[in-house]
Amino acid sequence: MTVGLEHYLAVSFLLFALGLFGVVMRRNVLVMYMSLELMLNAANLALVSFSRFNNKLDGQVLVFFIITVAAAEVSVGLALIVALYRRRRSAHVEDLNTMKL
Amino acid sequence: MKYDILPWLILFVPLLSAAVITLFTLKYRNVSALLSIGAIVIGFISTVTFIAANGWASSEYTINWLSIGTLNIDFGLKLDRLSEMMMLIVTGVGGAIHIYSYGYMDADRSKARFFAFMSLFTFSMLGIVLANNFIELFIFWELVGVSSYLLIGFWFEKPSAADAAKKAFFTNRLGDFGFLVGIIMLWAWSQGGLNLLNFDAANGFVKNIVAARLQPPTGDVFGDLVPFTIIGLLIFCGAAGKSAQFPLHVWLPDAMEGPTPVSALIHAATMVAAGVYMLCRVFFILTPDALHVIAYIGGFTALLAALIAVQQNDIKRILAYSTLSQLGYMVMAVGLAGPTPAMFHLTTHAFFKALLFLAAGSIIHALHEEQDIWKMGGLRDKMGITFWTFLIGTLALSGVPPFSGFYSKDSILGQALDQKNYLLFAVGVGVAGLTTFYMFRLFYVALVGSPRTATAGHAHESPAVMTWPLVVLALFSVIGGVIGASGIFDAQFSGEVSSPSLVHRILEPLHSPVAMVSGLIMVAVGWFAARAFYLNVETDPLPAKLGGLATAMKNRFYFDEIYEATFIRAHDFIAAVADWIDRWLLEGFCIGLIRGGTDFTGRALRLVQTGNLQTYALLFALGVAVVLYLVLIK
Repeated sequence: MTVGLEHYLAVSFLLFALGLFGVVMRRNVLVMYMSLELMLNAANLALVSFSRFNNKLDGQVLVFFIITVAAAEVSVGLALIVALYRRRRSAHVEDLNTMKL
Repeated sequence: MKYDILPWLILFVPLLSAAVITLFTLKYRNVSALLSIGAIVIGFISTVTFIAANGWASSEYTINWLSIGTLNIDFGLKLDRLSEMMMLIVTGVGGAIHIYSYGYMDADRSKARFFAFMSLFTFSMLGIVLANNFIELFIFWELVGVSSYLLIGFWFEKPSAADAAKKAFFTNRLGDFGFLVGIIMLWAWSQGGLNLLNFDAANGFVKNIVAARLQPPTGDVFGDLVPFTIIGLLIFCGAAGKSAQFPLHVWLPDAMEGPTPVSALIHAATMVAAGVYMLCRVFFILTPDALHVIAYIGGFTALLAALIAVQQNDIKRILAYSTLSQLGYMVMAVGLAGPTPAMFHLTTHAFFKALLFLAAGSIIHALHEEQDIWKMGGLRDKMGITFWTFLIGTLALSGVPPFSGFYSKDSILGQALDQKNYLLFAVGVGVAGLTTFYMFRLFYVALVGSPRTATAGHAHESPAVMTWPLVVLALFSVIGGVIGASGIFDAQFSGEVSSPSLVHRILEPLHSPVAMVSGLIMVAVGWFAARAFYLNVETDPLPAKLGGLATAMKNRFYFDEIYEATFIRAHDFIAAVADWIDRWLLEGFCIGLIRGGTDFTGRALRLVQTGNLQTYALLFALGVAVVLYLVLIK
């Protein structure tokens, strides 16, 4: 059996679904954040596989951008979470409900 | 035309005075009073100068005020014999009353405000007199209504004064509504093709139509002039409101709640005469049918008011009903196709009725605001000038020769005979008798005999600033009939300029001896009856003799009560229905439904906002899934 595009995409989909499941179900903000990163990497995997199977470099270029932006985003996001934790003494999402009226 | 600037000056100086008083000098009572008096005296002097320089010539000054499509409205001044005479009356009689007010209002703390209103009134009244088109006339007409409202309600702390002001304003508005509809109909008649709202243009237009319809084969003026009759009667509605003709007469007696100089100036001499003046100004538009209606309304008002006046006990109310009755005379004269006698009577009436009111004011002032004639008496020795001038006013109003009232009243009676309208002639003669009766009743009870109260016993003559205007007005009440006012109006309306000699003018009534003799007999009857009943009596002997009729007269024939029970009740009912519709149907149902619906939806949607980050994330993901499904698969 040869490994084709579908397999890579299936893995990518599974990773994305796992990430989404983690974001929706897990209560710890840090874990939710990790799940978000997982979703990003699922997208990266899909882009790389499209690039490989279509013989075009555009996808890989895009992935580099995503990795760069994700690194910046992680630093900002982690800083926010740390600041939030210091203020609230909690990293649980149930405690962060001030957006409610 | 020499001194073209003067008419503008005459009109706008009082407005300037009102503005200056209101804006700058409200704190300085005497400065304000002098400003206002100065404005009207300047007006009088300017009027005299203008007439002296130009004779009784006619001219018109116009400024285009606004022009929309074919609708052109000017702001203009129309000067002819009619308006010039009226200006003399307004500024002359008005000036005397302004000066008198300086003394009368001296104790009032709002003297400055009073004079500001008086100047505003003078401006508005001169505007009516000088207007050269219907719209301008209407604007000043309403301004006069406002100043009248302000002055009746001058002592607004008194609920009765505030109510009287409202009543006067509403009743006038009722008439003015008809007036406005009439003006619009007249304009619509020309289909906007003519500058018809100008008096001269309208005059020519009406003349052409009447001439065209008089041609054979139509020949029948009456049938074809129905629209004109309607327009004329609608315009008469305005006059009926201002001149307090039946059935809109109820406001005038209540208007006596205002200060007495106001009653003299506005509700006797000038404003209420504006209706008559306006009818004479637009006389060309009144068809024979309309004139008929006007004449009978005038006659009925004259009789009704004279009957009511017989049993009133408040000195100002007696004079108010007398004013109503005399206005009825004037309107009747207009209706009998006699604008000349109407304007003649208006002129003399302005003199002697202003005099009577001012003299009554002097008495009220001396008796510390006492207005009941049965609490007066014995004023001859204590208030000499007031007593004698009041007597002159009474004689003039009753129509005793050679006082002015005799000439003007006789000309009205003569006009009725000329028109062969014997019913209205009889009414006129009867009213003349009643007038003499109630005026001498007032005279014998309030001024002659012995004082009935201690206050009346200690009365003092008023200061000179109040008595001099009385003397001047008394002089004109005596000679007003023979100074040639009649000839000037005649020249205006018939176009024949004649200048009869003084002797000729004095003997004028001999032209219709029947009118003169019957008038004089009724005056004598009225006088003797009043003397027999009221000389040296303590209580009114009439109620015992007349029974129910006297009660009805005393209660003003229950007109106020009838209006209260019918129109006002009906109006209240309509208002209640409208209120119900507004409150429950519009606000409760329509607005309530929309408001309630929005509120409910809002509350329901609020539940979605849980504040839980993960719910949002899930919903977001579901939303993306739905969008993807729609875009990709469907």
